Amino acid sequence: MITQPNLLEPGKDLKKRYRTDRWFQRIGITAITLALAFIALLFYKIITEGYTAFIQTKIMLEVDFSEQTFAKENLAAADYPALVKKSLSELFPEVTGRNDKKLLFGLVSSGAAYKLEEMVSANPKIIGTRQKVWVPAASDVDMLMKNKIDRNAPQENRRLQDNQLAWLDNLHNQGKLEKQFNQTFFTSGDSRDPEMAGILGGVKGTFLTLLITLTLAFPIGVAAAIYLEEFAPQNHWTDFIEVNINNLAAVPSIIFGLLGLAVFINFFGLPRSTSIVGGLVLALMTLPTIIIAGRASLKSVPPSIREAALGVGASKMQTVTHHVLPLAMPGMLTGGIIGMARALGETAPLLMIGMVAFIVDIPGAISDPATLLPVQIYLWADSPERGFTEKTSAAIIMLLAFLMTMNSLAIYLRKRFEIKW
Amino acid sequence: MDVTASRMTDQIFPIVAVGDSAEAHERMHVRPLDRKTIGSPFVDNPRMMCRDVDVFYGDKQAINKVSIDVGQNQVLAMIGPSGCGKSTFLRCLNRMNDTVSSCRVQGEISLDGIDIYHSSVDVVPLRARVGMVFQKPNPFPKSIYDNVAYGPRIHGLTRDKNELDEIVHTSLIKAGLWEEVKDRLREPGTGLSGGQQQRLCIARAIAVGPEVILMDEPCSALDPIATAKVEELIAELRTQFSIVIVTHAMQQASRVSQRTAYFHLGDLIEVGPTEKIFTNPGHKLTEDYITGRFG
Repeated sequence: MITQPNLLEPGKDLKKRYRTDRWFQRIGITAITLALAFIALLFYKIITEGYTAFIQTKIMLEVDFSEQTFAKENLAAADYPALVKKSLSELFPEVTGRNDKKLLFGLVSSGAAYKLEEMVSANPKIIGTRQKVWVPAASDVDMLMKNKIDRNAPQENRRLQDNQLAWLDNLHNQGKLEKQFNQTFFTSGDSRDPEMAGILGGVKGTFLTLLITLTLAFPIGVAAAIYLEEFAPQNHWTDFIEVNINNLAAVPSIIFGLLGLAVFINFFGLPRSTSIVGGLVLALMTLPTIIIAGRASLKSVPPSIREAALGVGASKMQTVTHHVLPLAMPGMLTGGIIGMARALGETAPLLMIGMVAFIVDIPGAISDPATLLPVQIYLWADSPERGFTEKTSAAIIMLLAFLMTMNSLAIYLRKRFEIKW
Repeated sequence: MDVTASRMTDQIFPIVAVGDSAEAHERMHVRPLDRKTIGSPFVDNPRMMCRDVDVFYGDKQAINKVSIDVGQNQVLAMIGPSGCGKSTFLRCLNRMNDTVSSCRVQGEISLDGIDIYHSSVDVVPLRARVGMVFQKPNPFPKSIYDNVAYGPRIHGLTRDKNELDEIVHTSLIKAGLWEEVKDRLREPGTGLSGGQQQRLCIARAIAVGPEVILMDEPCSALDPIATAKVEELIAELRTQFSIVIVTHAMQQASRVSQRTAYFHLGDLIEVGPTEKIFTNPGHKLTEDYITGRFG
């Protein structure tokens, strides 16, 4: 006997069903809210920690590029640190003691001398003139200006002495101590001194390495996916290969680093710490992801399109290149970007091939020693100096910016390739 | 109370028994012992000849010793219950079954006297000469023009743009689509209605100048008006092409075809002039099918 449901008074069953629906929705909304909250927290933390790295404290010195300093032919042989010291002494003639002088000279970064050298080599005509130059302050001064050193703490717990504070206040009042945009951060490589350390080495290394990864992994991955999906016979061999590709996608990345060390560096003798080896290792790591995504997107192309093409007499290859591939391309690009994003964030395999080395020079070619953004973050996070804390966050911001640029490019490409049905 | 009860009975026994349906039901599922095709499978001066064709999917035999001719400028309709192998057989005629790795074809199928399964025959020119229209309209996601021009382009049939334009023009006219699409040749073919899409697929097939056109239930996804248009089109195309059409709709077979072949569980039971098959079938199975006892 079936009781007909009443339209006006639905039974308890129905209410229960609706309650389950509502619960499911609530759980979903909670999950999304939580996820967004954590992302917001992450961004807030990184940005508030990191934005100070984009500004830097500088001290204005009046430097006397006197001709006797540059008596020798070789401009690089001149004693630039002495120039800095001389102009500091001119600012504070009352400082005489050896210890006090050492403290005074400690206010300016060792990078100030390099700055002067750069100026002279760029424009030798300034020799024999007096120039006003903004030079970077020492990291401790920078930290003080950014309120990261407590000036009210007792002197023995403070990295700056009382008299140093007094000199700085003096400079500040004269307008010779200022926070300015930190160009150094974007134009130089790594350094032992936080105020001289920049991200350009990491950015360029990342760019070169990912370029190699992309140019190797994407075409090979797409070709492999097309062969396996469209041409390969269905037999035990292809099953075996498929299982292995799926397994490779789940192999811990450090194993790929070991492979790179054993094969590319030890066997083929490629130079260690270089973008080429890093790119090869990351390409190997990314390949399975691209192949799997590529096969999935090829599978999602309706078979009717293949039949239509074959039916008018297109060859197998024409069917694939004219019809199937254009339809599968957006999915393949997505897979490629997922793979590249993973490669971008990878540190572990790079440790194995020596990319964790301290590299000051900015790589100019794929065979130059290089470091990558994630490795740079790791290195800075590991450094004891207070000044590297903000650099770490700033480097993370750069990494995220890199990732977003790549993703937006991918979305743009996908939209362009997408074929409306 | 009574209403509910009777409705439930209906659900349990949905088939209303009429006469000898149980017997027909049994016939539908048991392959006849006598497998000799009756009627007139052969014609004078055929376009395609099929002799003793067997098709296997792995170990399973889908088509059993089928011999039949496709006449010139004729429509041959193939009818039969679902799963009887008519589509499989149709796809043997332009070797579309080659794409199914487990599929194996034995026997001889020839086009104008050349065995199409001979090792030296290439499928690409074969499919240009034996075109195909599928069950579901499947235009390429390209413009209407490119859909029609694709075949001539890959086969290198034209020397310049004007010739290609001409082929597209005549193909669309032959497919009865020109008047509807002449102002929007650059718009995507997938934006057309279902019936227009199917006629576009027919235009695409005839653009490469085939001799035979295979149609696999071309109207099953279309509404009656679009179906009527496609049927008219088939009648016109017959003057230039040989057509083999698989259909589920028996009225359609009787309307468009000159000869009809009845398939049953992989056997070709009966072939004959359409009028004879529908008015005076020679085999009991054919009669059961066309009178609607099973199907």
